[in-house]
Amino acid sequence: MSATLEVRDLQTHFFTRAGVVKAVDGVSFSLNRGKVLGLVGESGSGKSVSGFSIMGLVDDPGRIVGGSIRFQGRELVGMAEPEMRGLRGNRIAMIFQDPMMTLNPVLRIDVQMMETVLAHEKVSQAEARRRSRDALGMVGIPSPEERLNSYPHQFSGGMRQRVAIAIALLHQPDLIVADEPTTALDVTIQGQILAQVQKLAAELGTALIWITHDLSVVAGLADDIAVMYAGKVVESGSVEQVLEAPLHPYTHGLIGSVPSRNRRGTPLQQIPGMTPSVINLPPGCAFRARCPRADGACLETPAMAELAPGRLARCFHPHVEAASA
Amino acid sequence: MTVFLLRRLLQASGVVLAMTLLVFLGVYAVGDPVEILISPEADQLERERAIKALGLDLPLWRQYLVFLGNALQGDLGRSFVFNEPALRLIFDRMPATLELALGATFLALLIGLPLGLFAGLRPNALRSRIIMAGSILGFSLPTFWVGLMLIMVFAVQCGWLPSTGRGETVTILGMRWSFLTWDGLAHMAMPMLSLSLSRIGLVIRLTRSGVRENMVMDYVKFARAKGLSPNRIVFVHVFRNILIPVVTVMGLELGGTIAFSVVTESVFAWPGMGKLIIDSINVLDRPVIVAYLMMIVMLFITINLLVDLSYSVLDPRVRLESRE
Repeated sequence: MSATLEVRDLQTHFFTRAGVVKAVDGVSFSLNRGKVLGLVGESGSGKSVSGFSIMGLVDDPGRIVGGSIRFQGRELVGMAEPEMRGLRGNRIAMIFQDPMMTLNPVLRIDVQMMETVLAHEKVSQAEARRRSRDALGMVGIPSPEERLNSYPHQFSGGMRQRVAIAIALLHQPDLIVADEPTTALDVTIQGQILAQVQKLAAELGTALIWITHDLSVVAGLADDIAVMYAGKVVESGSVEQVLEAPLHPYTHGLIGSVPSRNRRGTPLQQIPGMTPSVINLPPGCAFRARCPRADGACLETPAMAELAPGRLARCFHPHVEAASA
Repeated sequence: MTVFLLRRLLQASGVVLAMTLLVFLGVYAVGDPVEILISPEADQLERERAIKALGLDLPLWRQYLVFLGNALQGDLGRSFVFNEPALRLIFDRMPATLELALGATFLALLIGLPLGLFAGLRPNALRSRIIMAGSILGFSLPTFWVGLMLIMVFAVQCGWLPSTGRGETVTILGMRWSFLTWDGLAHMAMPMLSLSLSRIGLVIRLTRSGVRENMVMDYVKFARAKGLSPNRIVFVHVFRNILIPVVTVMGLELGGTIAFSVVTESVFAWPGMGKLIIDSINVLDRPVIVAYLMMIVMLFITINLLVDLSYSVLDPRVRLESRE
């Protein structure tokens, strides 16, 4: 069986007056049915743009300039817009970061849900309404029938995100791209939503890309993980392996900077320096200026290499000793 | 909602009271109508009789109280010139002005919304730039000049459209309307266009900026992620949001359109309230001037109230707040 989603060497560049912004410049991963991939990185590492590239929603001046995105064997890069529109919201859905902004403030919830049903299937208004109500119930919104008649401002942030998730689930898609959907919510709500999404994705066999900067979220949720830095995936593998024995110095630093019960009392490790600007990035490893292991070899751009079974990293000096230990 | 309406009505009556005082004093300061109304040949006795008949012999504060007392009973005085109730004179002329102002507003929306929508969706296209340049012209060309040019071209040179009057009218609800006959419409076309020109520019600019603000919002991207067609996104999702500022501004402008149709009505000899007020000012027909100004105040208050109410229809967030 082929993977639900297969992204190969994706490149999405923005052609601005200040120069070419290579927001995504070499992203590869694959995802099977019912699996969850955590796409992790700092702000500006290109993780959101990767998500929008899969949705075919990259706006001017941005453009996918290379690579391929195969969804159930179909190539999405260069697909005609009407065909792509047929997939969007239907087979591939997306959940956005800020639930306060994603719903149209002047349209009722039922309008915003039913139009999604009707955009992809010829069913009656009543049937569209019934499905919308069921979807609301599925994501744990109490008395969904009445809530259909509400406007977005009558919901709290967490409830709005549930509505957005319900909209994403309307057609039981094969893939959901979730772009930091819990970042704007408080921690208790975040936990509830994570559990809910995980349960629903498992029940429906939906593959999930969970974009986040929060390693602790990924740890409990994802099967696989891909770490992004300056537009490139620098390391990927299963969650347990990557979090326990990171290969790339960046991942290593990232994990070291997260507070943990196991290292009580010791000061947190920082990664020195700042994320580089991706405008006119010089060749070579983008992390070398901040990397304790960098040397002359890092002036070349390292390629993604399989350093252990199922473990890929983009580094000349990986922490292999940790992986083999 | 009821509390809101009551409070607004209370505020409105305060405004009206303040306006009566201002208008009364203002008109008093403009000049003495006796000099114009009574023929120079009249002797002292006739003069005094006339002054007494008009109630001008009383001190100003008594005149004001008499006026206020009458006004409360719906009597804003009789015109010195026509010897008719001032209100009836104004109501006779009001349909002409109303249809002109409403027609101009309607035309502004009909032309302005599509052009603004286009310019907002394709901000860099050559046609959009031409539309935006045109909207600046619409803003800045003086109304009277545009009116004269229209007459020059369409009435004098081409002879297509009549340049004065209302043409054939139809009587409905006891009022005469021009817009229901072809001849009346032909008469309306030029004054309506000249009055709506600046408003077209306004609608274009409002719509364009609304489109540009809304198209980059997350809810539009989310709508696209749902797989909706571009038409549905623009005409259902974005349009509803743009209408909020457009309705507010155009509603408030409607009062101005009615009050400032004076110039257009004078240019096209359109027998509306504006023409009446200019004529009345020329002969210092105090009751008509006062009654007209009071009418305009009432009109503004009513329109503002209607705008507030329509706002709550368009924007559900406002609806909820007023309920609390």
